[in-house]
Amino acid sequence: MKSFCLGAAAVLGLTLAGSALADDVRMLAIEPNVPEGRQYYLDVAKAYEAENPGTKVQFDFLDDTSFKSKLPTLLQSSARPDAFFTWTGGVFAEQAKAGVLKDISADFTDADRKNYSPSGIQSMSHEGKLYGVPMYAASVVLWYNKALVEKAGVDPKAIKNWEDLLAASKKIQGAGIVPIVMGGKDKWPIALFYGQLAARIAGTDGVAAADKGENDGFNNPSFIQAGEALKQLADIKPFQPGYMDTTQPKAAGLFGDGKGAFYLAGNFLVGAQAQNSATGKGLGDDLDFITFPAIEGGKGDPADTFGGVNGWLVTKDAGKSTVDFLKFLTNNKNQTEGGRLKIWLPIGTNAQSGIADPRLRRIAEDLSKAPHHQLYLDQMLGASVGAALNDAAAQIVTGDISPEEAAALVEEAREMR
Amino acid sequence: MTTMTGSRPTLSPAARIARMHRQGKLTALLLFLPPALVLFTLFVIWPIFNAANLSFFKWSGYGAIDNFIGTQNYQRLANHSVFHQSLWNSVKLILASLFIQIPLALTLALLIYKKTSANTAFRLIFFAPYILAEIASGVIWSFIFDGDFGVSGQIAAALGIDPFYILADRQFAFLAIITVVVWKYFGYHMMIFIAALQAVPDDLIEAAEIDGAGRWQKVFYVKLPLIMHAIKLSAFFAIVGALQVFDIIIPLTNGGPSNSTHSIVSYLYTYGLAQLNVGYGAAVGVVLFVLCMVTAFSYRRLAMGKGGAL
Repeated sequence: MKSFCLGAAAVLGLTLAGSALADDVRMLAIEPNVPEGRQYYLDVAKAYEAENPGTKVQFDFLDDTSFKSKLPTLLQSSARPDAFFTWTGGVFAEQAKAGVLKDISADFTDADRKNYSPSGIQSMSHEGKLYGVPMYAASVVLWYNKALVEKAGVDPKAIKNWEDLLAASKKIQGAGIVPIVMGGKDKWPIALFYGQLAARIAGTDGVAAADKGENDGFNNPSFIQAGEALKQLADIKPFQPGYMDTTQPKAAGLFGDGKGAFYLAGNFLVGAQAQNSATGKGLGDDLDFITFPAIEGGKGDPADTFGGVNGWLVTKDAGKSTVDFLKFLTNNKNQTEGGRLKIWLPIGTNAQSGIADPRLRRIAEDLSKAPHHQLYLDQMLGASVGAALNDAAAQIVTGDISPEEAAALVEEAREMR
Repeated sequence: MTTMTGSRPTLSPAARIARMHRQGKLTALLLFLPPALVLFTLFVIWPIFNAANLSFFKWSGYGAIDNFIGTQNYQRLANHSVFHQSLWNSVKLILASLFIQIPLALTLALLIYKKTSANTAFRLIFFAPYILAEIASGVIWSFIFDGDFGVSGQIAAALGIDPFYILADRQFAFLAIITVVVWKYFGYHMMIFIAALQAVPDDLIEAAEIDGAGRWQKVFYVKLPLIMHAIKLSAFFAIVGALQVFDIIIPLTNGGPSNSTHSIVSYLYTYGLAQLNVGYGAAVGVVLFVLCMVTAFSYRRLAMGKGGAL
């Protein structure tokens, strides 16, 4: 019996040592929006394994909600992955502060960093230390259905500021068409309007100051003004009936079925409106976009973009191979391929050449030229303040609270953060 | 055997143990108590104390638990309008369970408790919703209530009226949830009543018939009194179950619109776990635990008679 135990211990020890020596890479990803996404990761992993015999790369996938709720426990256990998907922002800052991440600044030379956009590297850094590798960006634009706006006699290209959008919405409504399709059940689609308005009015610096609690935090007049603008829109009742029981994917499908003229969403809508539509084809060439309207007197540059930055964070105790694999995953070839497959907008510099869709190419160009890229506010502010912001936006639209109350709600959550 | 009346000699603990040892009870105790005690302590008592402790901290789930904030989580809870709404919603669920679900289950049980093949078929149909997973019921009903592609949308289209989006409506969304909860659990209570009704001796019913009791008199003076224990038990399950409703709400409304349809548990999940306020969530959990305990003990005392006997 004793010799058996010893033998078992030896085998176990060897296995553990073996796995440590091989320095395998375990990645925890979210379930990609498009089926090609999953295959893409597996192909890249296979290619890496072929170039680096002896190293195994494993991808695990979880849906968004499970991912977010399991991550805190997972990261603090010994079963943590070597790298995991991130939306950056406030939650990333929490993770960095808690010491569950690995500082990989030294692994990235200036030459390495040049392969990524500066805002991408910035998003993966906390207090000057780099903890991860950016992979893609999302940028929100105001999508429209060409056929429907033409039918209503509206020229979307002429919509330059907020008043123009309000007037266009009324005109479209007058023609018996739903002006804006909205996935209100998920709340964040409403908060896209609120956040965009805040970014246009307060500017990225103003948003960052509010996040720090400067100038009355979110009780600052800029945020109240953003709420008032959102209320102006909601007062027109521009959304489809039952929008508060419509999830974002369903709303994208309704838009793809031609059930409304405008839809505020990121670049992912190109695929989502087709996949979720009843026909499976979506709007095709009738789909186009304008940038979010400017606000007169707003501090934000109308050329600023708004959206997400996503990538991979490295956990503490991850081996050398992890950083190496992340560099491989985000190299020019793989980034270009990701863009070609319409999975995302690559964040790598010079990786835009693969984007075939002219609309996505335009978004990518606007993104690269933007003076600032404002992170989605709910991501930037972290889980609790972000949720309060989404709640506040939804309740302005349903008329349950005033713009002042909404701002106070967000500020209260910020103070308690 | 010594009589229990009169003054009983008080034994010292050591003497008591010695007596147990003589009677052979000590061995049994040492052998059989630890497994259950350890498991119960590890998985029930310890988490309760841990949660109670956590509720005095501000903790996001990351890093060390060192930010002691006293009773702030509880103060915030007491002032949060959404929490008040979810408490009220839980009360509404309890009332609906007691005054709609149980009478419905009782009526159906009285109709189909006799053993015939048609009744078996009905029992199966009425019991089927209970077998379904909660989350699946929620998803199914969200399709039914969907005004665009769902059953209610089709009905509206067939009638030529505008579709009605019940889950998007603040006034009616919770009514929809109550409907689903009643639909889901009435079969369970019905089964408890059927089992109890089948145990009612036939000769008692016959005796009542001979005495000239009518259909209703048999129900009210014979059957119901004889299954009162089952009704009390059922009501207890209904109350505690109503306090814990969660899986049905998430797919149906996710607590919306405007946070008007949360139950205590979905509130805990949304504001505690999903928003990474683990300490705050623990405080909600403690409140829920206290509510359940108070309900359980006061129900035992009030409804189930002395000593909790049914």
